[in-house]
Amino acid sequence: MKADPKRVLTGNHFINGNHSATEGAIAAGCTFAAGYPITPSTEIVERIAARFPRVGGVFIQMEDEIASSICLQGGAWAGHKSMTVTSGPGFSLMMEHIGLAAITELPCVFINVQRTGPSTGLPTKVGQADMMQARWGSHGDYEVIALAPSSPQDCFDFTIDCFNLAEEYRTPVFLMSDEMVGHMTEKVVIPEADQIDLLERKFYTGPKPYLPYKPEANGIPLMSKAGMGHHYHITGLTHDDRGYPVLTKEVQETMMERLMGKINDNREKLMRVEEYMMEDADIVLVSYGISFRMAYKAMEMAREKGMKVGLLRMITCWPFPESKIREIAQKVNSMIMVELNYGQMYIEMDRFANAYCKTGLVGSPCGEVHEPEEIFAGIQEIAK
Amino acid sequence: MAEKKGKKKDPKEWRLEIDAERCKGCGFCVEFCPKETLAMSDGFNSKGYHPPVVAAPDTCTYCDMCEMVCPEFAIYATSETHKKDAHLSDEYVRMDRMPHIWCPGCGIGTVVNCLTKALIDAGIDRDKTQIVSGIGCSGRVAGYVNVDSYHTAHGRAIPFATGLALGAPDQKVIVVSGDGDLTAIGGNHFFHAARRNANLTVICINNFIYGMTGGQVAPTTPETAIAITTPYGAFDQPFNIPFIADSCGADYVSRWTTYHVRHLQNSIKAAIQKDGFSVVEAISPCPTLYGRRNKLGDGLDMMKFYKEAAVRMKKAKHTTADAAIGYQNQILIGNFIDRERPSLVKSMDESLKAKIGDKYVGWPEPI
Repeated sequence: MKADPKRVLTGNHFINGNHSATEGAIAAGCTFAAGYPITPSTEIVERIAARFPRVGGVFIQMEDEIASSICLQGGAWAGHKSMTVTSGPGFSLMMEHIGLAAITELPCVFINVQRTGPSTGLPTKVGQADMMQARWGSHGDYEVIALAPSSPQDCFDFTIDCFNLAEEYRTPVFLMSDEMVGHMTEKVVIPEADQIDLLERKFYTGPKPYLPYKPEANGIPLMSKAGMGHHYHITGLTHDDRGYPVLTKEVQETMMERLMGKINDNREKLMRVEEYMMEDADIVLVSYGISFRMAYKAMEMAREKGMKVGLLRMITCWPFPESKIREIAQKVNSMIMVELNYGQMYIEMDRFANAYCKTGLVGSPCGEVHEPEEIFAGIQEIAK
Repeated sequence: MAEKKGKKKDPKEWRLEIDAERCKGCGFCVEFCPKETLAMSDGFNSKGYHPPVVAAPDTCTYCDMCEMVCPEFAIYATSETHKKDAHLSDEYVRMDRMPHIWCPGCGIGTVVNCLTKALIDAGIDRDKTQIVSGIGCSGRVAGYVNVDSYHTAHGRAIPFATGLALGAPDQKVIVVSGDGDLTAIGGNHFFHAARRNANLTVICINNFIYGMTGGQVAPTTPETAIAITTPYGAFDQPFNIPFIADSCGADYVSRWTTYHVRHLQNSIKAAIQKDGFSVVEAISPCPTLYGRRNKLGDGLDMMKFYKEAAVRMKKAKHTTADAAIGYQNQILIGNFIDRERPSLVKSMDESLKAKIGDKYVGWPEPI
């Protein structure tokens, strides 16, 4: 299915990442959004509020992030592509409902324009402090999909990807943006609508009874929506194929194997990375989001000094590109994670790399992006 | 299915059926039978409860009172002539999930019957009915009703339902949940949904306690009542739910008890026919965790208390401010508020239409 031309602002734009993400969502066919103001994400809902009535869509500003993150799920069961937008503290408040979306297998998108913490932290400044929260923040075991944009153009492109992935895997998907990417103004090229591929929601159309959690061959059940006459039951309790709560270890195991499996079994397909100057590299920087751009500059600095430094950019942060990290680790002397926190994705990288090579972290208390020199200093340190 | 009001049933055409295995022996049917048709038996069902028997079949007028009040959907009138062969809630309840988890003498099943009857009487299509619950004993209602149903997160039934109602304005969205779920953890959402006049009906089953978790104090627990977390008696002022709903702007506000099944059913019917935010508070017995700890007897004793304690509100005399409930004190009941404000969907749609004009593309269709 192609995007609706009425929803696509085709052309060259000079806009910030937050506005670009909004246009991505509209182009992706998002017709339901609930949000609550929080810096530095707010430009997204501001633009949604202005644009939705003109392109088709319901936006409501809820009383808090707790409400937004479940209101959007009501909208999704009504049959809309739905999303919410937030940042650190708001993301913390949404955690319980991320678990609900995971267990009820609801396609929906959460955009997190990251700042830092703990608590209120630095509301107007950059951070990548919610990477682990995105993966582990809600209680219980579950898998997520998260993409990290590094530019306003990515914000447009990846938001569409998030909506498509949500439909494909019936799962909440995160766009893990950050303050710098969100507020950075750059050229964004929005293509013609017929250049934008969208995944349609797959509804059950067979005979009754509809079993809301009976998986298809790919492990993913078909959807229904309010009013189709299926009289389905949706619950956050452990449930069987009928959606009925069954509180036994056996049913929990069947449900969890499928919930985890539908993402885990597709790790390779979901993995999106970019490799720069890797052919002869013996030190590899690994980064994502805004930090990737700083790491790129540091790589150039190192190359100018004759050091064999490469760079791996993670576009998909979750599921973590573990096979790629393992593969690189076996070929190089050291790997350095560059990120705006005290080492969140570093833990993951270290887990898969440290059996084969040295690992290091160029982290940050957040608040500002790295100076390329800081990263270069990290390279020199590990090269000693 | 619904008999016309005032039309007497011909006893020759009807008979009473009792599904003894569903019964939990609460005795509501025997007590509520106006003709003393029913009696408790000495026999046991397989769960060890004494089911009722039809002791004096000739006296039965088939008034449906037992059928309405039975929280187990275990007693019902049938008639070949009138093509009724099951409980009135049969289509509306997932009978394959019976028996439900609610205790003997709990009133939640009674509220479900009132809701079912209200939906039938209001002529609302089952395919257009959405029921949303939070967490807790009352939160299990969504799991038992045979419509599109959502058992969401604790306290969050209202914001979920707000999204559902905004996303599918052709659907009748009904929230059924408990007092703790809706007014403690979900309190903020309750206020805002009322303020916005969200297109929802909220049925708040108030049993004055947190039941599912073992009887902790609720924001509705009357002062001095014993809960497991107020072992020396509750000491803070409880919420007056009709007063809150009224002051926040709900279109419709009422309170009844599970003793008043006819009124409760009619009130729910009136509530679901409103476009905006309507609230029906249903006071309901929790014999296991509120009654027992406060030595108030079993569910039947609590129902009898509701009969004695209930005071019908009079428009000239009472406002919702008078609806506060003291411990074992009067319970003001009645239809408090019935007004017309534009609903959330209506006000959003009309405001956008007025400001944006031709450029407004209208309410979005779901996928």
